[in-house]
Order: sequence, then C-alpha cells, then structure tokens
Amino acid sequence: MPVFEAVRLALQTIRAQKLKSGFSLLGVFIGVASLIGAWSIVNGVNRYMTVKFAQTLYGVNTFQLRRRPMFTPNVPDSVWRAWRRRPRIRFSDAEAVTAAITAPVITAWQSDDNVSVFYGGKEARDIQLTAASERYFDIKNLRLAVGRAFTAQENRSGVPVVVLGDAVAKRLFADRNPLVHSVRIGGIAYRVIGVVEKQGSVLGFPLDRFVVVPALSPAQGLVNPPGVVDALLVKAGSDEEMREAMDQAEGVMRSRRHLRPNQDDNFSLDTSEGVQRFWAGISRILIVVLPGVVIVSLVIGGIVIMNIMLMSVAERTREIGLRKSLGARRRDVLRQFLAESSAIASVGAAFGIVAGIGLTFLINAVSPLPASVSPVSVLLGVVMGTGVGVLAGVYPASRAARLDPIAALRQE
Amino acid sequence: MSELQPFRTGDTPLPNIVILTHKLTRDYDMGGETVRALRGVSLQIKQNEYVAVMGPSGSGKSTLMNLIGCLDTPTAGEYWLNGQQVSNLDDDQLARIRNKEIGFVFQTFNLLPRATALHNVELPLIYAGLPARERRVQATRALERVGLGDRMEHRPNELSGGQRQRVAIARALVNQPSILLADEPTGNLDSATSAEIMGVFRGLHGQGQTIVMVTHEHDIAAHAARVVTLRDGVIATDQRQAA
Repeated sequence: MPVFEAVRLALQTIRAQKLKSGFSLLGVFIGVASLIGAWSIVNGVNRYMTVKFAQTLYGVNTFQLRRRPMFTPNVPDSVWRAWRRRPRIRFSDAEAVTAAITAPVITAWQSDDNVSVFYGGKEARDIQLTAASERYFDIKNLRLAVGRAFTAQENRSGVPVVVLGDAVAKRLFADRNPLVHSVRIGGIAYRVIGVVEKQGSVLGFPLDRFVVVPALSPAQGLVNPPGVVDALLVKAGSDEEMREAMDQAEGVMRSRRHLRPNQDDNFSLDTSEGVQRFWAGISRILIVVLPGVVIVSLVIGGIVIMNIMLMSVAERTREIGLRKSLGARRRDVLRQFLAESSAIASVGAAFGIVAGIGLTFLINAVSPLPASVSPVSVLLGVVMGTGVGVLAGVYPASRAARLDPIAALRQE
Repeated sequence: MSELQPFRTGDTPLPNIVILTHKLTRDYDMGGETVRALRGVSLQIKQNEYVAVMGPSGSGKSTLMNLIGCLDTPTAGEYWLNGQQVSNLDDDQLARIRNKEIGFVFQTFNLLPRATALHNVELPLIYAGLPARERRVQATRALERVGLGDRMEHRPNELSGGQRQRVAIARALVNQPSILLADEPTGNLDSATSAEIMGVFRGLHGQGQTIVMVTHEHDIAAHAARVVTLRDGVIATDQRQAA
C-alpha cells in the first residue's frame, strides 16, 4: 500500500472517530500550544527587558558614572556595605570626566529624590524629583508635549523652572494649561515651563510621576549635599565610542581618587548590560524549564496516543486479519497504523500551532509584552508533534503487523 | 479415485493443476501437547473444478482451508499453487500470493462497515499497488459481474445479507485469482439467499472459475462437482458427482 493511501485511510479513520481522536490528540495539542505560547512569551519578555526596560532605565549607548550600580539584584550585604563606604560623585568629578572624554558624547548630571509637589490646594505625592542638566532630556529621549525644556543658561544660573511629567501635570492641573503657573517643591516656587509627553509604564512602574528641575536650582539642596551629584550620564553615538568614553572616564576617576593599580574602582560605570545580564539569567532558567513542561505534555500525549492506538488495534483485529488475507503485507499494516497515529499527532500539532499563535496574539493584545511567534518554535512543534505520533504508533502498529491472520479473522 | 498420475516428491505438477498438496501435515502445539490437525493430505485440483470440502468439526477442514489459502504454512509436505511451490515461502511472499492468486469468501462476509461496496471491492487492488483510476474500473466491473452495479456507493449496513455476500464475492474476484476459496459462504444466510449465492457460484464456475468451498451442509455441497470429505486429518472420500 502506498504511503498516500495509508495517509488517506488514516484521515478517514480520524474523521469517523472524531471524539476518540479528539481526546487522543489533546496531549500533543497542549504540548505544542504551550511550546509555541511559552516561547513567544519568553521572546516577548526578552525584547521587553532588553529594549524597553533597559533602554528606559539607561538609554542606548549610554553609561552612568555613579557611586554604585543602579540595578542591583541579589547583592550580598558585604558588597552593599562596601558600596556605602565609597565616596560620592562630586560636581568636580563630573566636570573632569566630561572634559576628559574625547569621543563625541553628550552628558548630563542627574540626582533624584522623592518629594511632594504642590499647586494651590493640591498635592502630588511621591514624585520623583530629578535635578538634571539641560541635555538630560536628549539622553533620556524625553519629548515635550507642551512648552520647552530648560536651557544651559537656566541650568547654570539655577533658575527655578520645572518640567512636569505627564502624571504630575494631570494631577495638579487637570485639563488646564500648567504653563506659567508655579508649583511648590520643598517650599520653593518653581515656574512650569513644559510638560513631557506621556511615557506609560514599564513592568507596572509608572514612568510619568516625575518633575525635572535644573541641576543647580535651589531644589538641588533637597536631593544631595552641596556639590554632590548622583550620576553623570554619558551618551555616545555607538557602542564603540561608549566603550572608549568609559575607559577614559575610568582613568580620570581612578587618578582623581588616587587608586593604586591593585585597588578596585570605588565608583561604578553602569550600563544597561547589568540589567540585561540579570534578565539573561532568568530567561536561561525559563529556557531550561520550558522544554521540561513541553516534554512532559508530549510524553503524556504520546502515551495517550499509544493507548488509543492499542485499543484501536484490538477493536480492529478482524479488519487487520481481513486486510492480511486480501494481501496486506506486514509493512502495509505497519504503515497504516503508523500513518494513523502520526496523523492524529499532526492534527493535534496543527491545532496546537493555531492555539499557540492565538495565545501569542492574545498576550500581545492584553499585556504590554511584545510577544511574537518564533518560526523555530512552530517548526519544532510540527517536528515534535509528528515525531511523538510516529514513536507512539510504533508499538501498536508492530503488534498489528505481527497479528496472525487466521486468529485475527476468527476473533469476534 | 482420480485419473491423475500419482505425485512424487521432486516432481512438478502438470500445467492444468491449480492446487496440488502432497503429504501435507500440520501440527499445532497446544500447551506442550502436539495436535496433529492434518496427517498427510494429498489432493490435486484442476483448473475450473468446483470442489466442496466437507467433514465434521475437528476433521482438519479449516486447517486445510488455511493452508490452501496461504494463511498458514504446513509442518511438512508440499503445496503447489498454480505451478509454484508455496509451502516454503515467507510471510510477505504469502501475502503476495494471497493477493494475486486467492479470492476469499467468508461466512461472516468480513466487509469494512464504514466503506462503500466499491471501496470494499477495491481493497485487494490497493495492496496490489494499482492506481486509483484503474482500481475503480476493475472494482466496478467485479461488482457488475455479481449484479450489484447499482449498489456501488452503498455501505454494508444498507445492503441485504445476500447483497453483502455478493460484494464479498466481487472483492474475491477483483484480482482475477486462480481460486475462489469460500469458507461456509452460506452459513449466515437463509435458504433462499443461499440458493441465490449458489447461483452466483454456478455462474462463475460456468465462466471458468476454479472454486473450493468448505461447508458442512450436504445440500450446499451438492452444488459442487466434486466432494472431498476429511476425517481425522486425512481424506476419507473424494467423489465426483453430477452437478
């Protein structure tokens, strides 16, 4: 019997026994759907973490000179204590580093603290106050919805002007235009000159609850001791230039701190790499766990198919006997049942692929994750699903093929 | 008994001999005990003979039937089918012989319940490796031969008992086998339908078909031109009779 006939026969049998076949392909269906779905999610989270999260926190080709790294998961206490003993970054450090970098970069100072911002009788609590220099907006890619950012001149003279985050503007001014009004930060009146476009959120953290003031304006005193800055942000044009700038910054800082060659840096040059490395660790765990889940469901699916096929062979013993008496060879019978089990599995895998893709679209629609179907996972789903069908069919099919036609025909 | 020359080991059957068994024996191992179902059956059947095999249960007629049908291999002895010795062939070669040389008709019809009459008749042709178009032509012709040209798309449960057995006969004939091997072909049919099936057999015999039929009913055996009776694994009688 040609393969084509075997497949046709298999599909006929599946159609004739819809319910039974439906149950038997459930395992493979779940296996393949979870493979594709989970793969898409990991992909999505990966993209989310590397693109959105890391870029929002740090920016492209950007590093920060800080006392200690910003993103610090799983750090032991001893390291924490060492970090806290480090000297802080001073204005003079930031200026020296900026002067020493030869690559074309833009730099900005940044210091943060949480404050309340008042306007009239209203209070916006728990707002991130950022005291920054004028290029901060460029480095962070913050575009203004209304008004303007402050200028270098305003920054140097410490003029009390403020750019509001979207959430702060909404909270204090509702639908009114906040420009030219003054808000109070730490008891100081700040004139609103701009509102930043809505940034949304990352991992559930709102990104619009901030205000930005000139680094040398009076509110600086709320954030840091005099002359101290949290971070110097350096944005380069390329990864290469960023590395070069980092080397130069490290050299300048080490000499300013009088570090001997055998001493570690007592400052941090922080990039988005830390976050990405942290995420890579998590996704590696997922990549180890995920196949486990998939394999378990495929194995269960395979066992179910094997059982159904054994039942099918038992039920159709007479048919097998008849086919053999009409000239079916062992390999014909083997092929027939193998085709049937792999057809069941393939149909299961096909539904699984559709469901997996559907799941991906659903995740895209209802969550911020940019989940996307990986073609590799679809291919793998097809291969594994069909493979399970063939493997699960081998034993029942070989039992069928070995049946003695006389005994098989005699069976009621 | 027979006008045929006696057959000796090492001989080759005459060209018009379709079935030749020589000292055919078949032993079964039943839990350590050997059951000798056939104890040396020598039988020659010529082309276009119509033979009934009779005998009480346990006489070995089913065993002989299975051996002649190439469903089983003998413990000892020779079996020549259509000039080819088949007693020493392996499983797949026997399947090939069954497909090409033998048309089975069973007591219980053994039709595939979900398949149409046409598809049931096509089955042997599938295993013969014929393309679909050719299968359809030949299966249609076989069904027309048994008078079911207008029932081709019916499923077995839409057919009467006699019609089902005629589908089975069409299936047996579709490969133009050397022998039509019928095992109690009327066992599940009432007497009117039995007569109808016997009529079909008579017609096929008239067209030159060799028929071997196992039965335990004397009035059915009476349709055959020759009756072989088995008892205790050997041939007891072998008689020609007027049809």
